[in-house]
Amino acid sequence: MTQHNNNTLVDVKYLSKLYPVGQGVFRRADTFVHAVSKLNLQIKRGESVGLVGESGCGKTTTGKLLTRLIEPTEGSIEMHTDEGLVDIAHLRGKEMKTFRRRVQMIFQDPYESMNPRLTVYDTVAEPLDVQGIGTIPEREANVTDLLETVGLTPASSFLFRYPHELSGGQRQRVAIARALIINPDFVVADEPTSMLDVSVRTGVMNLMQNLADRFGVTYLYITHDLAVARYMCDRIAVMYLGKIIEICATEELLHYPKHPYTKALISAVPVPDPTYTRESIKIKGGISKPINPEPRCRFFDRCPMATKVCESNDHPPLEDKGSEHYVACHLV
Amino acid sequence: MTNTDNVLEVKDLTMHYMTRKGPVYAVDGVNFHVGRGEAIGLVGESGCGKTSIAISLLKLLPDNARIHKGEIRLNGIDVVPLTNKEMNKHRWKVISMVFQAAMNSMNPVYTIEEQILEAMRQHTPHLTEKEMNEKVDFLFDLVGLDPAFKDQYPHQYSGGMRQRAVIAMALSCDPDIIIADEPTTALDVIVQDQLLKQIREIQEQLDMAMIYISHDIAVIAEVSQRVGVMYAGKLVEMASSEAIFHQPIHPYTMGLMSSFPSIVGEKNELVIIPGEPPDLLSPPPGCRFHPRCPYASEICHEQEPEFKTHDGNHLAACWHPGGER
Repeated sequence: MTQHNNNTLVDVKYLSKLYPVGQGVFRRADTFVHAVSKLNLQIKRGESVGLVGESGCGKTTTGKLLTRLIEPTEGSIEMHTDEGLVDIAHLRGKEMKTFRRRVQMIFQDPYESMNPRLTVYDTVAEPLDVQGIGTIPEREANVTDLLETVGLTPASSFLFRYPHELSGGQRQRVAIARALIINPDFVVADEPTSMLDVSVRTGVMNLMQNLADRFGVTYLYITHDLAVARYMCDRIAVMYLGKIIEICATEELLHYPKHPYTKALISAVPVPDPTYTRESIKIKGGISKPINPEPRCRFFDRCPMATKVCESNDHPPLEDKGSEHYVACHLV
Repeated sequence: MTNTDNVLEVKDLTMHYMTRKGPVYAVDGVNFHVGRGEAIGLVGESGCGKTSIAISLLKLLPDNARIHKGEIRLNGIDVVPLTNKEMNKHRWKVISMVFQAAMNSMNPVYTIEEQILEAMRQHTPHLTEKEMNEKVDFLFDLVGLDPAFKDQYPHQYSGGMRQRAVIAMALSCDPDIIIADEPTTALDVIVQDQLLKQIREIQEQLDMAMIYISHDIAVIAEVSQRVGVMYAGKLVEMASSEAIFHQPIHPYTMGLMSSFPSIVGEKNELVIIPGEPPDLLSPPPGCRFHPRCPYASEICHEQEPEFKTHDGNHLAACWHPGGER
């Protein structure tokens, strides 16, 4: 993945995050969980990229790295901003604060991600306060406008409510308003609809898409649900044990998956139609932890097609197999 | 009249929770039956009363909950008036349950084998220890676990293995009906797929009745022959799986089906059901779905629709089935 153009907003290069395990008091850690391992990813301005995979594959860690809630062990995250190219991997102090204005996050659980003692107004206006944007009347007008935009109407009846007075769907709308109030370029949404019921979820999904068009927001949409990703994302990246193993346009991925893991993942998604028979692809065992992984394909142990090539060579790099369909597999 | 072909008959079941703000009728006038060897799916959103039905059927109610009225007939015997001790004769042997959080339904300080044996010693005392041990091996095989792992503790199992162990435990006393409350919800999609296949095989092999509860209609489509749809404490529609998915007649079911994304087929626009489910402390009068229903008319505001047959075995509670006026 070396293709570049002016449209790139985020360019992630060889990004890794290792967590030490079994660290003693005086002993330096020698074993690490490779939560994210030499990850490369480009996100274009205005597009919505889905990051899918099973639990423990490193989706959320990637999201936290891109919002710099945690610091990467190595690698770079280059953001194309108005002031030129900025590597956000090791920002500090004032620069960090400026960066926070550009990147926001929406969390999975609207019950845990909000301060129960703050009203809706305080929650949504907090980023403005922190960044010192606008006067108090301007902030009020801003917040009221945005609450109406995210479907909390009339805004006046919501401004002074506390989170416990809101339903799950309403809370998630407040979380979206909070993320968008300072006009970020890039929003990382970590399973924003997985706690919501079906009938409420569709509304929130549509809202996020409308807002993306309206404010020109670029999303990294983290989810375990391929069906939701189909509706939310232009491109989907499939992660497995800290690596992206396949990335391409959404419909292409769902209809013509190339990596054996993607194939298995897609065939395992239940279909809401009792007359539909899914293709059955068996893979062995369950997902393991990437603790000091062997220098071979990460999927080797479970792969139904694995050969000697996969064992003796290091994890394959992502390669373009035609029309921007990138796959990391020796056999494709 | 009771039909002996049915393992379970539920008639006008109504249960409530006492809260400081008043009673909450979580299950309100629900009627359905489960035939021998039949797999039923119960689907609905959180707070619609799915789990409340499950714990009512086993009479595992918390202190603030009461079965207000109605009958629950297990093999023809109404269990509603029974005391806890009497009910114990039916639990495990006639009806047993698989909970969502497998870790919470197992004792962390006993091995899996010990826990299954304990249930059997209580409920099938006529078996010898040797027979019980053989049974444990059989159950492990049945749910797809290696019997070599039977003397391990719950924390040594992965999420999927634990869920399998809990199913083995629920099957240990050969129940006529098993209630599975979101058994795969906490699992990853590949593990979920393996477990769903296993559940289907077991259900067919043992010819056991099952009520499978889930919020996920795609999972329900995989395992059920008949499906019941719940909304705000009411059963609003019940029919064969094909009918529910291809020709739903209750507007809520219709909305649910067209708001659910799928990875196969055309990428249709997802329909939004406006509003949110009602607060059960003060449910709306008439049909509980009318504030969100695109077809609602005057009668829907005033009178509650009866849960009745519309086409053979297709039951629904709606004044405008299929959206007609």
